[in-house]
Amino acid sequence: MPVSPKQARTLKHRSWVAFLVVPPIVFMSLFVVYPILSAFAYAFYEWRGLARGEFVGLANFKEVLFGATMGPVVWNAFLHNVYALIALMIIQNGGGFLLAWLLYKEPFGFRFHRVAVFVPVVLSTIIVGFLWKLFLNPNFGLVNQALYSVGLDALAKPWLGDASTALGALILANAWHFVGFPTLVYLAGMQRIPSEIIEAARLDGTSEWQLLKNVVWPLVAPSTTILFTLLFIGAFNWFEIPYVMVGLDGSPYGTTDVLGLVFYRTAFGNQSASIQNFGQGSALATVLFLFIVVFASMLTLWLRRREIQF
Amino acid sequence: MKLTRRILMGAAVGGYILSAGAAMAKTELTFWSWRQEDKAFYQDVIKKFEAKEPEISVKFETYAPENYQTILSTALAAGRGPDVIQVRAYGNLESIATPGYLLALDKQAVPELANFPDSALAAETLRADGKVYAVPFATQTMLVVYNKKIFKDAGVNPPQTWDELVALTQALKAKNITPFANGTATAWQNETIVAALLSSQLGKQFEDDIVSGKANFTDPRFVNALAKLKDISTNFAPNFTGVDYASSQQLFVAGRAAMFAGGSFEVANFKGQNPSLDLGVFASPVAKAGDERLIARYYDGGYAVNAKTDKKDAALKFVRFLATPDYGTAFTNTLKNLSPIKGIKIEDAITQDVAKLADNSMSYLMLVRFRYQEPSGSVLLQSNVQKLLAGQQTPEQAAAEINKGIATYYKPFQK
Repeated sequence: MPVSPKQARTLKHRSWVAFLVVPPIVFMSLFVVYPILSAFAYAFYEWRGLARGEFVGLANFKEVLFGATMGPVVWNAFLHNVYALIALMIIQNGGGFLLAWLLYKEPFGFRFHRVAVFVPVVLSTIIVGFLWKLFLNPNFGLVNQALYSVGLDALAKPWLGDASTALGALILANAWHFVGFPTLVYLAGMQRIPSEIIEAARLDGTSEWQLLKNVVWPLVAPSTTILFTLLFIGAFNWFEIPYVMVGLDGSPYGTTDVLGLVFYRTAFGNQSASIQNFGQGSALATVLFLFIVVFASMLTLWLRRREIQF
Repeated sequence: MKLTRRILMGAAVGGYILSAGAAMAKTELTFWSWRQEDKAFYQDVIKKFEAKEPEISVKFETYAPENYQTILSTALAAGRGPDVIQVRAYGNLESIATPGYLLALDKQAVPELANFPDSALAAETLRADGKVYAVPFATQTMLVVYNKKIFKDAGVNPPQTWDELVALTQALKAKNITPFANGTATAWQNETIVAALLSSQLGKQFEDDIVSGKANFTDPRFVNALAKLKDISTNFAPNFTGVDYASSQQLFVAGRAAMFAGGSFEVANFKGQNPSLDLGVFASPVAKAGDERLIARYYDGGYAVNAKTDKKDAALKFVRFLATPDYGTAFTNTLKNLSPIKGIKIEDAITQDVAKLADNSMSYLMLVRFRYQEPSGSVLLQSNVQKLLAGQQTPEQAAAEINKGIATYYKPFQK
């Protein structure tokens, strides 16, 4: 059958599109979709060490969420993730917003500060965790030494060993590490605000606080959406800082335990609990994945609606 | 058609050349370990082995200890992995041996198994089939390491009884010396501290009673021992709840604390960091004079053969070599780490002391008996002792929590 020039062009176009689209699809399926689906499948089997045993339906999910052994551990860790989310929302993203405002006003040396604020983000999390572990050492750490030197001995504590301060210390270390990121995003958002809006507000004699609250904050809502969503994902996947600073057990006695640590211990075991349970580990990972996907999408949709177009 | 034939011919010729080459080449074994710090020693051992077996060569590869189990499990699950594997013991061994990744060793294939005490072989035995899967490499003991110079300067001697230990800590404190370098921020340190300080108070009979189910962890022997630990913990490092493993080691190495309750494996480490340290060891003090003095003992792990290896004979030869008294002697004297092989010659005075103390021992209880199921006895002991020493629960509460966790799966406690 003869092919018309038009058909030939379409065919050429289509094969060109296929040539561009197929490799990434294959790549994504192989390295993203397949592992996710297989982890999902693993969760329905019993595992003896690394050998797959029988199909057990939802038993692993049941044990992870409601079991006598795993249930309390998982919910305890989940609660700490929620704390971390709320605290980081206020300290990390809120602090980022204020820092961005300061930088936006271009104070003396703002170019230097803009870089300085972002530098910790670039550092490896392992290094930051280790650094803060040294700072918080109760006997020779910087934090307690500083407190002693100004006579505030009563405030000095074994920060990472005290159940009432350990999780807070991890959250602060994390905020120190990442505060540069929300700062940068908010700063970009502020610089997108047309300058006449801010000038008009100033001419109307608004106070700094009113300007921030009623003009700047609503106009950087798209930045808030993206930052909150990212923080949500980050807070529930939190692993590196706790792992480096308090170890796999969420020391002291589980008061800093988070879901990432529980997952790692369950699936791969640790020094003091040699049991590797891929089934329960996969079940926990699956639940966590679904939770993050569902809530992050809902949050994004909800936050999008309150954004203002300009 | 012609082309196909040519390709086939070429493949046949190539295959022949390759197989001929393989027959002439050495058998190369790969040997995985987590002991990066022992690399020089192992390379030396391999050199000796290769001199003895010229047709075999061994490639030694190490991975970070915290990831070793994960990397090894993944490789074995994928049907790869090394020919000879350094494996851990007890519950950890079971997770690798149960799926059939390791070759079972018997006295026919490895006659050198006769060189080991039964308790060492038990550490590398799968409970399900009673077979040995690895040749054990090190005996570890939990005891108190002390700085001889500090003791001498303070005019004190190693204690025999708990009361003497209390008096000793007071004498040291009066001279402004931190008695114990220990801290509890690193979870597993709590387990080593319990074993190093309390074994003589618990006693072998307690272990037997736990195993038979005659007693459980709410037993007064256990609760009272924990209460003693709580009392003595005021002599640990300042702010000990926030002092992690590395910091407590540093305190001891720097000579700022007199004692370290922990593993015999610390000695070599301390000496490595500060060769001028003059160290001694003593077993956990007894409750009253005349009681049996005990240390807690376990075995680190062993050398196993991959069940799927196609170089079984060579791998077995290497593993047998690692089970000889000559190897045990070299291991002990080079690494200052006690080999469980009978008939080794120990040069080092402190390792001789450790070996002597190891003659009178009970198990490092939670590792040896309760690391097979969740929640593991070790995790329970660690977190509850951590909580006890932080003043957040009483010895009775800690003991009850530990018992409750183990009773969820341990039949003798469910009666």
